[in-house]
Amino acid sequence: MFELKFDRAVCEDCTTVDCLVRCQYMDFDVEEAKREIMKLINGEDSVVLHECATCYACEEYCKRGNHPFYLITDLQEKKGIFPAPRPILRQWINLAIPGKKDFPHFPGAKEPVISLCLFPEYIGSIQGKLFEDVSVILGRHFFCQLVYLHFGKPSIIRERLPKIIENIANHGFKEVVFFHDECYSTFTSYANAYGIHVPFKPVHFFEYLYENLKKRESEIEPLNVKVAYQRNCSTRLTPWKEHYLDKIFELIGAERVERKYDRENALCCGGIIRSLQRYDLFVDVQKRNVEDMARANAEYCVFNCPACYSSLAKRVEEKGIKPVMIHELCKLALKRA
Amino acid sequence: MDIYKALVDIVGEEFVSRNEEELYIYSRDSGLTEREKPDFVVMPGSAEEVQKIVLLANKYKIPLIPVGASLTLSGLAVPIRKGIVVDLRRMDRIIEVNRLGRYAVIEPGVTQGKLKAFLERNYPDLCHSMPDAPPSATVVGNILIHGQGNLSQLYGFNSTMVTGLEIVLPTGKICRIGSCSLSPYWFAVEPLPYLAGIFLGWFGTTGIITKLGLRLYPRKRLRDIEVFVLDDPEKVADVVYRITHTEMAEDVITMEQPYPMMFRDVVLVQIYFNGDSEEEIEFKRKMLWNSVMNYIRSRDGGFMFLTPDVQEDFLEKPASSVTRFADVMKGGGFVYCGAIIPVEKFAEALRKLKEIAKRHEITYGHVGRIVGRGHCMMFSFSFPFNRADRASMERAKEALHESYLATLELGGIPWKPELFAQKMILERMDKNAAELMKQIRGLLDPNGIMNPGNWEVEP
Ligand SMILES: Cc1cc2nc3c(=O)[nH]c(=O)nc-3n(C[C@H](O)[C@H](O)[C@H](O)COP(=O)(O)OP(=O)(O)OC[C@H]3O[C@@H](n4cnc5c(N)ncnc54)[C@H](O)[C@@H]3O)c2cc1C
Repeated sequence: MFELKFDRAVCEDCTTVDCLVRCQYMDFDVEEAKREIMKLINGEDSVVLHECATCYACEEYCKRGNHPFYLITDLQEKKGIFPAPRPILRQWINLAIPGKKDFPHFPGAKEPVISLCLFPEYIGSIQGKLFEDVSVILGRHFFCQLVYLHFGKPSIIRERLPKIIENIANHGFKEVVFFHDECYSTFTSYANAYGIHVPFKPVHFFEYLYENLKKRESEIEPLNVKVAYQRNCSTRLTPWKEHYLDKIFELIGAERVERKYDRENALCCGGIIRSLQRYDLFVDVQKRNVEDMARANAEYCVFNCPACYSSLAKRVEEKGIKPVMIHELCKLALKRA
Repeated sequence: MDIYKALVDIVGEEFVSRNEEELYIYSRDSGLTEREKPDFVVMPGSAEEVQKIVLLANKYKIPLIPVGASLTLSGLAVPIRKGIVVDLRRMDRIIEVNRLGRYAVIEPGVTQGKLKAFLERNYPDLCHSMPDAPPSATVVGNILIHGQGNLSQLYGFNSTMVTGLEIVLPTGKICRIGSCSLSPYWFAVEPLPYLAGIFLGWFGTTGIITKLGLRLYPRKRLRDIEVFVLDDPEKVADVVYRITHTEMAEDVITMEQPYPMMFRDVVLVQIYFNGDSEEEIEFKRKMLWNSVMNYIRSRDGGFMFLTPDVQEDFLEKPASSVTRFADVMKGGGFVYCGAIIPVEKFAEALRKLKEIAKRHEITYGHVGRIVGRGHCMMFSFSFPFNRADRASMERAKEALHESYLATLELGGIPWKPELFAQKMILERMDKNAAELMKQIRGLLDPNGIMNPGNWEVEP
């Protein structure tokens, strides 16, 4: 089976241990962090395996690309340390099993193609000038499976992923745009880390949006709004495409407010933390995050992840901030032209 | 005697029918019981008209079948011995709401939907215990079968919420029971001798209710839900015990079904709670979470993260998902045996349900409602079928029959039982109690005209 490309020497001579020192949910100084990371490298039990909120941020904090988070999840599974209760995991495992309404093939689908993963509710939003002539694929046969990283069950990802890749590749696409960060990160970061071959080029939704906005630059009427961006967990796995977001904001006249919990210091939306049954932490994280947005005078809270939207939209609304998916915000800038 | 003409004289031509099409409608309900057409259908507009119909039927010994919406699915208002169906839905006035005393006085045709809408509009801080039956079901029909609603975990079966009755007795006398028998107020059936019991749970065999006093309860501004998920049904009873101990929940519902996949292999315990402020809601949520923390720590159970649309579905009142289940096989049909069982029998009941479904090669669903603080529960053995497919109907019927038997084996009692299940109950019941039932009926209805066939004790 696929093994994590992990170089223990990289961690051994790391002096900053950013992966753990910068963690928002565990408190370590460098010395403690070093001790814990050594335990992990040696496959020993560590408090990290029990306390990890599975926010994925350590993947981004580690500038040496050594995949601390993937290591944590592999160890959790090996040791039977499950961040969430068994029945919750069971639900997630079952959720991805294709049913009668899931089609393994979309005949006639052609590029540009957007994979909507398991978000059929967004199909109606993939329309208008930005999405002229796009094909959409979606459903359980295309579900990226990365969510099991949250539940200490990454082997399922590796087990199911080759078939998912095959389902997509069967269409003969050279490039596939992934609506959800999670999918994009699966077919890039995760697949690379485990040596899983992906025979098409994954394109991030931001890049797609940017390129298409750029083509219609003359039709854009700047929104002149202040926005807070809610980063999702998977975006930590592929920070290299984040610059597209700033370029999009610039194009559409959205000012990304300066705030404490943005960029590398972002906080989780809370949804997964709740599923891990850490209710107090969930409340605290959401509260701090939304208050931070309000303090920065954000008018909109922009999401790329539907799950983040589900988890946080109500909270931001209560603070008078409008929740919006990134592509909807882009459409708003075009519509007024 | 021209009965048709006599009925026309009582209610007017508009409200009597012997047309085949209309008789057909009253010959069946949406379940799987046998059909029989009545001779006449009549829609009285007042207690006095009901009285005249009863007197007429008595004189000529014609069966009378009172009916609300006929939604029990067990044929309790099907005229199996023909006769006159008395459809009470014209009598649909909400006569009074006493806000400070928190009760309403209603006529028998008032539907769940009407009462809910009326209270929301006029008394937004009051509500009644609402079953998940379609909103067209009548409040009185539900109470007369000992129904359960969203407040049953707090206050018991809906029939315990009765504060007074006006009944046209089988011999034609109009009789009032409870405080309303001697006072202008309909506040309680106590402290008088408990006569209401002679009419509740009797399926219209002891008289026709023409007015009913009903307890109303505080309606809080906010309502929320948490769904606790378990993969071991054996743990459900203890989880319910812990949750009900907090006294923070409004409604507690159990659910197990093979579809959608996310619900497969797990039992959901839906915990509804409410409050007038966010603080109250959060306090209750906290208490509820804490009550099952041992299961969370042992990783045996956890709360589901609900997306807003799923949450909205769960919070719908009545829950239309129950009705949607009726069409899961397409062709629109489902039956269920509502077993009233001790909560400790949950796991065994679920095992039996799955065995029965497997044996009859039929899909199943289970929804249960806790009654009182875990005093008992309604455990549904539900089976959908396709009306266009005879074989699927037969399979559902057989599965249903077995479920009734399983219920009795579990030490439970089938709720709103069909005729054959009523017989099963009476056969097993304490002989003297069954005899008492027979004597009461004989006394009240000497001509045996009221909804005959139901609760009939063999000589
Ligand atoms: C999808 C679905 C979901 C359901 N969910 C629930 C639920 O959550 N909780 C629940 O309790 N039930 C539920 N039910 C069962 C049932 O539909 C309800 O209990 C309903 O309220 C019964 O009311 P009705 O008007 O249909 O009564 P009917 O079937 O018309 O009458 C019930 C019985 O009372 C007699 N009767 C009716 N009116 C009078 C009267 N005025 N005087 C004397 N006798 C009378 C009838 O002869 C009959 O025997 C559900 C049913 C369906 C189809």
